[in-house]
Amino acid sequence: MSKTGKITVKDRDPVSSLQDFLKLLLEKGTVEAVLVQQRLPVNNAVMPALVTDPEKLGGADPLAPAFPLNAARMLSRLTRKPLDTPIAAVMRPCEIRAFVELVKLKQGSAGNVILIGVDCLGAYGNTDYARIAASSPAVPCSNPPENRPAAEGSGHVDSGGTPPGVESTLTFHRNILSGKGTVVDGADISPACKSCEHPVALNADITIGLLGTNIEESLLLISNTEKGGVVLGELGIKEDDEPLDSRQRAVEALVSERLAYRDRMFERTSAAVSDIEKLMSYLGNCVNCYNCRVACPVCYCRECVFTTDVFDHEPAQYLRWAKRKGALKMPTDTVFYHLTRMAHMSAACIGCGQCSNACPNGVPVMELFRTVAHGVQRAFGYSAGASFDEAPPLSVFHEKEFSEVTGGHD
Amino acid sequence: MADYEPAIIAFVCNWCTYTAADLAGTSRLVQPPNVRMIRMMCTGMVDPKYIIKALLEGADAVLVSGCHPGDCHYINGNLKARRRMKLLKEILPKFGFDERRLKMTWIGASEGIDFAETVRQMTAEVKALGQNDLRTRMVL
Repeated sequence: MSKTGKITVKDRDPVSSLQDFLKLLLEKGTVEAVLVQQRLPVNNAVMPALVTDPEKLGGADPLAPAFPLNAARMLSRLTRKPLDTPIAAVMRPCEIRAFVELVKLKQGSAGNVILIGVDCLGAYGNTDYARIAASSPAVPCSNPPENRPAAEGSGHVDSGGTPPGVESTLTFHRNILSGKGTVVDGADISPACKSCEHPVALNADITIGLLGTNIEESLLLISNTEKGGVVLGELGIKEDDEPLDSRQRAVEALVSERLAYRDRMFERTSAAVSDIEKLMSYLGNCVNCYNCRVACPVCYCRECVFTTDVFDHEPAQYLRWAKRKGALKMPTDTVFYHLTRMAHMSAACIGCGQCSNACPNGVPVMELFRTVAHGVQRAFGYSAGASFDEAPPLSVFHEKEFSEVTGGHD
Repeated sequence: MADYEPAIIAFVCNWCTYTAADLAGTSRLVQPPNVRMIRMMCTGMVDPKYIIKALLEGADAVLVSGCHPGDCHYINGNLKARRRMKLLKEILPKFGFDERRLKMTWIGASEGIDFAETVRQMTAEVKALGQNDLRTRMVL
């Protein structure tokens, strides 16, 4: 089913070539709107935007190493009720996997959505990205194209020339291509990205391939589903049978590097929380802001019990607890919250790392949640986001299973 | 560890284990008084957070006991409970909770003897494990 085509990159600028491809989707009427990372005319910020005017796609930057939030949540808002007209969503692999989980939880529908998955080389944490994008023109380019005017000024997409934010996107990819790595200004891509074994999107209708190609010359377009194939056909994308060997090799190399990092992280984290004392010191800086829950794309409860009056304890209750323990840390229920949240989301955790991105106090929550989620998903033989058909573990049961839980009797 | 009396929190199903416990009592079966029973309409409504909370507040063990598979008053609540116990048995031991502090059993309404035996066994086992000191320690 998989067909391969190509986007030829003009002026060694893959971002504007991708923009042209997305414009084509709108101009040909294939889709009514495109949900894509868009460079805002302020602050170099990058956010998902729902674009209907092809001209406005000049601000789209799907390759920016920015990951302000998991757009699966946004797509879930758009598809809470099935769409009448098709839209395209350009997303990272982890966003698509989160969306798959949300669809299974009936919080979205994939019906009229064309999922376009871009190979992911990683993204910086929000504070790091803001800094890098702002200081972008100062970052030395290994090979500055002569035809690109030096980026100055407001960063507004209509100001002519390449805004500083886009320049940082191109530098990021150029550095990876030339083997310089991902460290910029002392900041590296987030640990979630470094430990992500899914740089290539699962369940995307169309994959935009960066791995194994020189993205200053061309980008790969791969249709993985019938829907994706029809779209590429409508756009008149020529198929070519170019072998994907180099892509295959690049993907394998990246995945094995990331798996090694991931397994080291699991080991380190398991050791760091191996008893309740250690868990408490791990979570020591948590202030119960619940940002990790807000940022989590698969924390699916419409109303979280921890913000209901169940946890508005009676004032006298605090005193009773304090008397029993001698000292009561306020706010209470920190460990309780995290353990309960793990019971809720660990079967669906796709490891996007937005929890850590949202933590104001640098608690390495992604490492903790991913480590636990890995064990839970292995125990249930489940892989979050891998398939639309596999039922979430806590939504099904069988008569004969897990007899070890009840002492061998079932 | 000095001898201590463990506190076991038992979430039991109204339709089976609770009745079995009643039967054990009226049959005058001898059993240690270490279990604090919480009657639920079904083990299928034992939220994992009840169990987490019990352990964080210092319960030495938690017992969830419901109807044998196929006997659930609500058809399959007990099977849902089993998956949730599986989940907790995967998560909690990562943080040093001994898996033996989490127990699930099937005890039918007529099985008073089984109930008394389960309580005896569990109390002895948990005594050997030692006390869960979170009751008197500050938990974040």
